[in-house]
Amino acid sequence: MTTAVLDRVRKVPGSRERAGDRLFRLVIAGFAGIILLAAVALAWQLARESAETWRTFGLTFLWTSDWDPVADVFGALPFLYGTAVSSFLALLIAVPLGVGAAVFLTELAPKRLAEVLMFAIELLAAVPSVILGLMGIFLLVPAMRAAGSPYGVGMLTAGLILAFMILPYITTITREVLLTVPRPLKEAMYALGATRWEVVRGVSLPYARPGIVGAVFLSLGRALGETMAVTMVIGNTPQIKASLLEPGYSMAAVIANELAEAASDAHLSALVAIGLTLMAVTIVVNGAARLMLYRLGRAK
Amino acid sequence: MDMMRPMPLPEMKEGPATNDASAAVAISVRDLRAGYGAAPVLKGVNLEIREKTVTAIIGPSGCGKSTLIRCLNRMHEAIPGATCDGEILLGGRNALEIDPVLLRREVGMVFQRPNPFPTMTIAQNVAAGLVLNGVRDRAAIAETVEKSLRRAALWDEVKDKLDAPGVGLSGGQQQRLCIARALAVEPRVLLLDEPCSALDPIATGRIEELLIQIKDQLTVVIVTHNMQQAARVSEYTVFMLMGEMVEYGLTRKMFTQPADKRTEDYITGRFG
Repeated sequence: MTTAVLDRVRKVPGSRERAGDRLFRLVIAGFAGIILLAAVALAWQLARESAETWRTFGLTFLWTSDWDPVADVFGALPFLYGTAVSSFLALLIAVPLGVGAAVFLTELAPKRLAEVLMFAIELLAAVPSVILGLMGIFLLVPAMRAAGSPYGVGMLTAGLILAFMILPYITTITREVLLTVPRPLKEAMYALGATRWEVVRGVSLPYARPGIVGAVFLSLGRALGETMAVTMVIGNTPQIKASLLEPGYSMAAVIANELAEAASDAHLSALVAIGLTLMAVTIVVNGAARLMLYRLGRAK
Repeated sequence: MDMMRPMPLPEMKEGPATNDASAAVAISVRDLRAGYGAAPVLKGVNLEIREKTVTAIIGPSGCGKSTLIRCLNRMHEAIPGATCDGEILLGGRNALEIDPVLLRREVGMVFQRPNPFPTMTIAQNVAAGLVLNGVRDRAAIAETVEKSLRRAALWDEVKDKLDAPGVGLSGGQQQRLCIARALAVEPRVLLLDEPCSALDPIATGRIEELLIQIKDQLTVVIVTHNMQQAARVSEYTVFMLMGEMVEYGLTRKMFTQPADKRTEDYITGRFG
C-alpha cells in the first residue's frame, strides 16, 4: 500500500514534467533545425541560381581568366587569385605581429598596461570594415603612392587592410592560449637557466601552437570573406599580375560591385557561382579551424 | 604522514661530510629577507649549507621553507610582487647580484609536481638544458642524456623509448626525468622543493635512494614536510617556523636531541 502511494507521488508530477520536457525539446530542436535549414537553403539557392554558369562553363569557370560581361564570357580565376593572394598577404603580415603582440601582452607587459592594450585591441575588432576601408583610402592609399606604388590601390594595399582587420583575432586568441601555459612548465625552463625569450620559444609557443594554428585559420576565414574594406582599396580590376602593387579584384568585391547592375542572366549567374565557391572555401577553412581548436580543447 | 608518535632514531650513514667542521660551505645565506608585496615570509635567515651533503629544510606549511629554497636560485623573483633582500654567497659571489640566468645554470631545481615539457620526448627533456647552453654536438648530447638518466636511476626503464613523449611516463618516472633534466647541465647545487609530495611510497623510495647516491657529486637541498624523509636522506636539517630559522644542525642530532623546544614539539608531532 505504501508503495502504491509512493508510486503515485513519484509518478504524477514526474510524468507531467516529462511531457513538458518533451515539448521543450521539440521546440528548441525546431529552433536549431531552422539554423541548419537556413544554411542548406542558402547553399541550394546559390547552386540553383548559378546552375546556368556551371552548365555553360563547367569547372573551367574556376580556372579561366576572361571576365567579359558584355560578351557573356566568364572566368573566375582573377577573383580567386585576388582573394587568395590578399588573404595570404594579410596572414603573412598579421601572424608574426599578432603572435608577437600576444607574447608581449602575456609575458612582458605590466598587468595594467596589458589590460589597457587588450581593451584597445578588442575595440579594433569592433571597428566596422567600411571605416577601415575609408582609413585605407585616406591614409594607406596616399602612403602607398608616396612610397612608390603606381596606383596606391592594389593587392598589397588590400593585404595590409586585411592584416589590420585580422590582427585583433590572432592577438586575442593567441594571448588566451598563452595564458593557459602551466606556470610549472615555464618555471622548469627558467630553472634550467633559460632567458625569457628561450622560455617563450621553448615552452610557451610549442604548447600554444595548436591554438595559434586555429587562430590563423579562423582569421583566414574572415579575410577570405571580407568585402567592404577590400573592395575600397584593391583596385577592382580583374587581372592576374605578378606585382603586388598592381590592382586586382577579389571574389567578395566583384559580387558587391556588379550584382546590382548585372545586365544579363548569365552575368548574374556567374556572380552567384562565385558566391557559391566563396562559401564553400570559407566553410572548409572555418571547419578546419574549428576542428583544430576542438582537438586542442579535447587534448587538455 | 605519521606525525603522532615521536620519531624513531633515524638511521644515519657515516661519511666525511657528516662532520660539522670538515665540510666546506657551498652556500652561505646571510640575513635573507623575502616576501610578497608588503607581506614578509622570511624574516632574516642565516644559514651555511655544506658542500656535497644533503640538507633538508623542514617546517609546517607556510613557514617559508619553499620561499627559502626558491630564493637560492632566484625563482622566487619570477612571481610578480616578490621581494628579496640580503646576501646569498655562492662560490664567493652574491647570488642576488649576478644574472639569474647564469645562477640557475649552476643551481638546478626540481619542483613539487613532475613537470616534463609536454612537447618534448624523454631525450629532448633531458637535453633541454644542454641545448640552452648552446651544445649542438649530437654525440655529446646523447652521451650526457644517458649519463644523466643513469644518475637519476631512470636509464634502465627508458633506454628503449628515449623518443617517446616524457609525459607518457608514470609520475615517479616523470619526477626522475625532471631530476635527470636538472643534472644534465652539471649544476653545483640541486634544489628539490617537496619532490615526492605527489608520489607514492615506492616512487618516493627510489628518489630518496638516488639523492643519497648523487650527493657525492653535488650539494643537495631538499624541502620536505615528511620528517621521516628528512631523517632518511639528509645529513643536515634546517627547521623553519614562521619565517625564521629555529634550528640548524646535524640531522641525527636534531632528531634525537633537539636544542630548541619548538623543534622538539614539531618533530614529536605536537604541532604542524
